[in-house]
Amino acid sequence: MNYKMIRYILSVFLRAEAALMLLPLFVSLVYGGEGAVWFLTSIAITLAASLLLGVKKPENDTIFAKESFVSVALGWLLLSIFGAVPFYISGSIPSVIDCFFETVSGFTTTGASILTDVEALSKGMLFWREFTHWIGGMGILVFILMLTQLSEGHSLYLMRAEVPGPSVGKLTPKSSSTAVILYSIYTGMTVLEALLLICGGMPVFDSVCYALGTAGTGGFAVTNAGLATYANPYAEWVIGIFMVLFGVNFNLYYLMLVKKFKLAFASEELRTFLSIVVVSSILMGINIYPIYGNLWETIRMAFFHVSTIISTTGFTNADFNLWPNFSKTLIIFLMILGSCAGSTAGGLKISRVIIMWKMAKRNIFQLLHPHSFGTIKFEGKAVDKDTGNGVAIYISIFLFILAGSTLLIAAEGFPFETSFVAVLACFNNVGPGLGINGPTGNYAGFSGFTKLLLSMLMLTGRLEIYPVLMLFVPSFWKKR
Amino acid sequence: MKIVVIGAGKVGRALTEQLVKEGHNIVVVDSNTDIIAGIENSFDVMGVVGNGASQSTQEEAGVQTSELVISVTSSDEVNILCCFVAHQLGAPKTIARVRNPEYRNQLEMMKDELGLSMIVNPERSAALEASRILRFPSANDIESFCRGHVELVEYHIGEDSPLCGLPLSLLQETYKVKILVCVVRRGEEILIPNGDFVLRAGDKINITASPENISLFFKAIGSLRQPVRSVMIVGGSMMTYHLAHILLSMGIRVKIIEEREDRCAELAEDLPKADIVCADATSKDLLVEEGITDFDAFVALTGFDEMNIIFGMYAKAKQVPKVVVKVNHISFPEVFESSGIQSIITPKLIAAERISTYVRAMQNSAGHSTVQSMRRIVDNQVEALEFVVHGGDRYSGTPLRDLPFRKGILIAAIVRRGQTLIPGGSDSMEKGDSIVVIATNGVISELDDIFR
Repeated sequence: MNYKMIRYILSVFLRAEAALMLLPLFVSLVYGGEGAVWFLTSIAITLAASLLLGVKKPENDTIFAKESFVSVALGWLLLSIFGAVPFYISGSIPSVIDCFFETVSGFTTTGASILTDVEALSKGMLFWREFTHWIGGMGILVFILMLTQLSEGHSLYLMRAEVPGPSVGKLTPKSSSTAVILYSIYTGMTVLEALLLICGGMPVFDSVCYALGTAGTGGFAVTNAGLATYANPYAEWVIGIFMVLFGVNFNLYYLMLVKKFKLAFASEELRTFLSIVVVSSILMGINIYPIYGNLWETIRMAFFHVSTIISTTGFTNADFNLWPNFSKTLIIFLMILGSCAGSTAGGLKISRVIIMWKMAKRNIFQLLHPHSFGTIKFEGKAVDKDTGNGVAIYISIFLFILAGSTLLIAAEGFPFETSFVAVLACFNNVGPGLGINGPTGNYAGFSGFTKLLLSMLMLTGRLEIYPVLMLFVPSFWKKR
Repeated sequence: MKIVVIGAGKVGRALTEQLVKEGHNIVVVDSNTDIIAGIENSFDVMGVVGNGASQSTQEEAGVQTSELVISVTSSDEVNILCCFVAHQLGAPKTIARVRNPEYRNQLEMMKDELGLSMIVNPERSAALEASRILRFPSANDIESFCRGHVELVEYHIGEDSPLCGLPLSLLQETYKVKILVCVVRRGEEILIPNGDFVLRAGDKINITASPENISLFFKAIGSLRQPVRSVMIVGGSMMTYHLAHILLSMGIRVKIIEEREDRCAELAEDLPKADIVCADATSKDLLVEEGITDFDAFVALTGFDEMNIIFGMYAKAKQVPKVVVKVNHISFPEVFESSGIQSIITPKLIAAERISTYVRAMQNSAGHSTVQSMRRIVDNQVEALEFVVHGGDRYSGTPLRDLPFRKGILIAAIVRRGQTLIPGGSDSMEKGDSIVVIATNGVISELDDIFR
């Protein structure tokens, strides 16, 4: 294993983080300078750590899948640890574990919070919290690749370890230009949303924060009551629609940019995703109509919640804990699904579910007609055996982790619903769960051990299991 | 420059590696998913899986917006079709690999319809290279520049060589020849030596000079060998045909050993003057029976690298004066060092070299001195490039010692009105000169690139 190169990549991670902290520093200066000194100190600490890891690129910069997995997993861990520094040194969040949990939740775009009073934070801290969503959404590595070539030729391994979905498609031959395109689309959409929110009468700071949180499909609120604070149906519609938009594979936006609309809209995953959103909204609407009694409000509520959960964002404007059981179950179902591959959302990803569904159908048919021969097609192309197996294995590991973690949390005495949904909400980067951690509650009530476990789950979920899992495989570390 | 490479076989991969290194945007098309996955993992390129000759695949690869399409699949016909489709889609230039000599003339005729700007035939290029080496057996490798006025040879300094311990500044005086040692490989290190550099046994040196001076030099150090008069070739591949054809036309006796009977029949028909032996060369004593020890040179051209290397080692053991071996897959140069085989031919690299020369010439701005030809030497790590100096450039007329050359650049030879000059600091480049440049790092595509 090329340890020198791993150290170098980690050092670049931290340098990038230090650079990104300049933005909250700027924000806190704009809003009266409260907290600016803490950001300056954090930048210094992060830079010092990066220097400690080494600045010079090693001569042998060849890395393979193994090195990529370790550097991405450790990189995200370091990112969260140093991202928590401003919260800790400023005293905004007193407990170390809570600081870490909050930052992991930010970078992994989960949006699960341990804060009981969000409004007590300074503007700079609030912005940093929200900005971690934005960075984590598209990925820090993609950001770094835009600026520098980490390892000549082998950058795809790194990208694959960070970008969600069963396969990574490049948009252009060069990874750096692919990264630039992705971030341009991402930034453009974020700015558009912020402008739309400002036009709708939301305060400028809150609009920007909500836009950043939506883009990363994060879910941190900037007020204690969440979106209900504003009582602004227009803003809820804008955010609801943008959450769906950020759940779409970004490659499709690129196709639209180069005017290949037909190809973009022909995407099987996109069509399935949108169908699920529409059907779930209708079902949930019928189910919750008696609560609201008003058709438009019902439609808005149903769509907003389907959108916030399926995109794994986790903004809320109502307490769905109080909703009928069918709606709650539907929410759990949508949490598992997640959005499209190659989007900023978490979850299993629609494409995996489609492939699994087709494989199951094919296998059942095969049982009835043992000699029949056929292939499974996805997006118009035959799914090869490796991809199919990969998806099946991914889903089974997903289930193992889900079951094991639920058991561990249930050991603390929480009801099944609470512990299961807490694991699911963190693992799939959704945020709010059912129970004490629901839309009106938070994760403050869990023990330190549970918070650490949930933090690891968030990282595991964001990086699509394997990179983090590798760190715990003994043979991975053995020198042969 | 955006380039689409269709076919990711040996040549396609070597070419991709080379072009990516030179900073181009490459899209690779192949029908095999695993091959595409492999190439995407090793180089910064975009891969497209599909039939490269079909319009939809080419559109997916973005042929419409590319500046060059290179088709190097294993089939001539597919390559021609690929270029045709690409040209119809709007690719301004195309390059095809066409091996079958029967197509050569008709392609000249169809060039415009296909947008074909270059035809590569790796086997033929490799055969030409091999024939050059056989013509001058004293050196490991020989390249010729400026219409034959300059030769660049690689020579391995042995333990008993009179060159051991000689500083380069004394070289010209000692042997009364005009030569320049332009690159030395010592162990893993590759350097451009200055006058104080002292040669040592085990060094691999590259020398430029006019052909006469090269011969004089080898005579002076006592290792000039007579040109070969007879060659034994094992393996009846396409390259064998080309090589035998060239050698026979030079009056060299050729014996070909090939196992497959039908191939022997084809070779016998195409090469009536060659001795064709239909037998398994690995069987005991066959090579001795066929008189391997009586030949001046032995060339191994079977389809298997391992076999070729073993044949080469065997021929070395049998004291055949010159041994040339084709190696197309194996990429461990260290292995060849220890096997004692000095002259290695790699067709895929020769093809990649030719195409990348073309690409460099293509991207030059008008009015600048463009690359005439480019060869890669010293295990592919150093480039030797030929330019013609245009008048009016800022560098022409200035003594070389005053020019701001980049690091790792050396002017190895200047040809002025048919005279080969070994340049010193007071010489200068003049309009109309052909020059040979040695570059140990960086991509040089026009003469301006050699300056800081």
